[in-house]
Amino acid sequence: MTRITLILLAIFLSACDERRNETTLVSEDYQKILQQQLILAEEGDVIEIPEGKFELTRGLSLKIDGVTIRGAGMNRSILSFKGQIQGAQGLIVTADNITLVDFAVEDTKGDAIKINKCKNLVIRRVRVEWTNGPDTDNGAYGLYPVQCEQVLIDSSVAIGASDAGIYVGQSNNVIIKNSRAEYNVAGIEIENTTNADVFDNVAAYNTAGILVFNMPNIPKTGFATRVFRNRIVMNNTRNFAAEGGAVAGVPAGSGIVINSNDQVEIFDNDIADNETANIIISSYFSTSYSDRSTAPGFDPYPEAIYIYGNRFSGGGSSPDSVELKALKIAHYGLTGHLPDILWDGFVNESLLENGKLPESRSICIQNGDAVMLNVDMAHDYKDVNEDMSAHHCQLPKLPAVELSFDIERS
Amino acid sequence: MCLLLSGCLPHQDETVVTFFNKGEFPARLSEWGIVYVKSGELVVNKGVIPYDLNTSLFTDYAHKLRTVWLPPGSTATYDSLNDIKLPPGSIVSKTFYYPRQAGELLNVAKSDLQYSSHGLDMEQVRLIETRLLVHLESGWHGLPYVWNDSQTEAWLEITGATAQLTLKDEQQFTYVVPDSNQCQECHVDNFTTGVMNLLGIKSRHINKNNSHFNKSKNQLVYWQEVGILPELPPAHTLPRNAIWDSPMDTLDHRARSYLDINCAHCHNPNGADTSALYLDISESDPLRLGMCKPPVAAGQGSGGRLFGIEPGNAEGSILTFRMQSLDLNAMMPELGRSTVHNEGVRLIGNWINALEGEC
Repeated sequence: MTRITLILLAIFLSACDERRNETTLVSEDYQKILQQQLILAEEGDVIEIPEGKFELTRGLSLKIDGVTIRGAGMNRSILSFKGQIQGAQGLIVTADNITLVDFAVEDTKGDAIKINKCKNLVIRRVRVEWTNGPDTDNGAYGLYPVQCEQVLIDSSVAIGASDAGIYVGQSNNVIIKNSRAEYNVAGIEIENTTNADVFDNVAAYNTAGILVFNMPNIPKTGFATRVFRNRIVMNNTRNFAAEGGAVAGVPAGSGIVINSNDQVEIFDNDIADNETANIIISSYFSTSYSDRSTAPGFDPYPEAIYIYGNRFSGGGSSPDSVELKALKIAHYGLTGHLPDILWDGFVNESLLENGKLPESRSICIQNGDAVMLNVDMAHDYKDVNEDMSAHHCQLPKLPAVELSFDIERS
Repeated sequence: MCLLLSGCLPHQDETVVTFFNKGEFPARLSEWGIVYVKSGELVVNKGVIPYDLNTSLFTDYAHKLRTVWLPPGSTATYDSLNDIKLPPGSIVSKTFYYPRQAGELLNVAKSDLQYSSHGLDMEQVRLIETRLLVHLESGWHGLPYVWNDSQTEAWLEITGATAQLTLKDEQQFTYVVPDSNQCQECHVDNFTTGVMNLLGIKSRHINKNNSHFNKSKNQLVYWQEVGILPELPPAHTLPRNAIWDSPMDTLDHRARSYLDINCAHCHNPNGADTSALYLDISESDPLRLGMCKPPVAAGQGSGGRLFGIEPGNAEGSILTFRMQSLDLNAMMPELGRSTVHNEGVRLIGNWINALEGEC
C-alpha cells in the first residue's frame, strides 16, 4: 500500500456547457484529495470541486458543521460513482449548516446524497442522476435529507432513482422549489414530515410525480404540506422500484399521491396526462403494505386535504391496476378516462357526525369542474360514485413555510 | 505461553507510550509506542493491556488484537448508567490481521498459533491495519494506520486504503480500510450528543476472561487489580453478552449479542438509524426489534421481503437478506465488510426460525 501523495492535478477544462462532460479524470488521486478536504475541513470552509468528471470508488462523508461544498456547475463538476466499491451513499452528511451547491453526483450504488439528522441545510443547483435511466438496480434515493430541521432544496435535479428522486423524510420546515425530478419512481416525496412547501418544480416522466406520505412505525407523524405552482406531467414510467418498498405499490401514471397524511394543500399546479389519475388520495388501507402491522397511534386516514385552483388536462385513460382498469371501462367506457382525482374512500367512521366527517377533517375541493371519484375500496368498489356534495367545503389555508436562515445562502 | 501481563518476561526495550494531540499526530504508528514490530513480533508495549470481547463486530474474517492504555496514575470510571468511561489521554488500539499459514491467509474463527510472548508472532500473521481511538480533551478521535507490505510499520492514512486479499477458501475480496470520517459512522452511536464513543469497552462485552493473555482472570477483575478501574461492582453482577458461537450460551442470547455488537451502534433509539429498528441488547419491544415490522425507506434493502423479522421464517426476513447481501445499496452493516459472514447469517437465521409468532 502506498502513502498518500498529493498530486497537483492537471484539470482539463472543457469550454462548452454540454450536458455531459466527457473529460474524465482517472482519479484515485482526486478521491483522496476530496476525502482529505472533507476530513480536515473546519467550520466555515468552502470545499471547491473543480470542473471535470471524477471517478470515485468510495463513499464520501462530511461531519463538520458550517461547510460548503461548491462545484463549477451541475454539468461541469461531476462526481461519478460508477465504480463504487464502498459506501451506501455517494455522500453522507451528518452536520448542521451545510451548503451543497453547483455539482453533480452520478451513478451511486445506493443513495446519491443522504443528509442524516441535520439543521439548516441548503442544496442548490445540485444534480443527482443515474445515467442509465430507470433501472431497479439504481440507488434508492437521490437527494435524501432525513430527520432534519430547516431544509432548502432549490433549482436541483434528480433523475433515475429507483425510489424517490428528491425525498425528505421525518423532517420539519422544508422548502423544495425550482427543481426538476424525472424518470424516478417517485419524483418528489415528502414523508412523515411537517411544514413542507413544494413549489415551482417540474415532476415529469416519473412513475408518480409528487408524493405526500405517512408511513407507520416511525416516531414522527407528518402533516401540513403545501404543493403549489408545480408542473406535474406525464408521470407514466413503469414502476421500477425494488419489490417490498412502499413506493413499489404506487401505480404508474400518478400525478400527485397523498397517502395517510393530513393537512395537505394542493393548489395552482398544472397537472396533466398522468394516465392513472392526476391526483390520488388514499389511506394506508389501500397500500401494498396494508396487511402488515402498524404501531399503535398511527392514523391511516388522509384528512384535511384541500385541493383548489389547479389546472388539469388529460390523464386517467390508462390506469395501472387491474381493478382501476375494469372500473374505468365499466363507468367511462373503453375510450373514456377516470376523473382527475381518485379517492380510495376510506374514512374514520368513529369521527362521523350524521354520516359526515367534520369539515375540518374532510377532503375539500374547489377546483372548477374537476371531479373526484370515490372508488369505495372500503366496500369492495360497491358504491363507486362522483358524489361531490360532501367535498364542496373549504379549509383554512396553511401558512407559508419560513426557514430560519437566509434562503439566498449559497 | 507466558502470561503477558504477569511480567514473567520483562520487555527488553525502553519504548514509551506517547500521547499526541491534534495537529501532532505522527505518521508512523510506532511513535505512539502502543504496538510496534520488533524482533519478529508485533509487540504490545508494557502497561498496554490487551483485551477481547465476548462477541465482536464481523470484519471480513479479520482477527483483531485490541489494547487499552491509560495515562499513568489515571483511572477509568464505572457506573451503571454510563458504563465504563476512560479518561482523556487514553489510547485504544485495534489491529486487524489474518493468521497466515504457508503464505495463505486463513479465515478461521479462532486460532492460537499467532500469539507470542509479547503479542503476535509476525511469522504467523499478515497485519492489515491498526485503528487508534485517542481521547483528546475535545473527545475521542479516530486514526487509521495501514501496515506496509514489508510489515515493518503502519502509516497514518486518514483517507483509508484498500487491499486485495484472498483467503484460504479462495474467497477474493477488496478489504477496505475506512477513512477517518467513517470512524464516526459507527462510533457516533448517539446522535443526540454527536460525540464519538467506544463501542467495545462496555462491561457486557469485556466481562470475560481474556482468550489469549492472562487467561485465568476476568478482564474486569484484572483491570480493577491493576488499578485502572478501581470502583467496580463484582463482575458476576455485571451484564455479560454471550459468545456468539459458544454452545454454553443460549441461542437467543447469542443472536441478540451478535446483533448488539454488529448493528446497535446505528440501530438504537439515539443512533444513526432512521427506520426505528432497534437492535441493542436492551430492546424488548418486538416491533422495534423488527418482528413483523415492515420496511420504511429500505429501497432495495428489503429484498422483496415483508418484515424485518418474520418469526419462524429466516428466508422471509429482511435482516438475513441484508446480512447476506454484498450490494452496497442493500447490505448491512453499510460499512466494514466486503464479505458475507456465513456463520453469523446462520446464527441469526436459526434464531429467527426458532422464534414463535405470526405476522
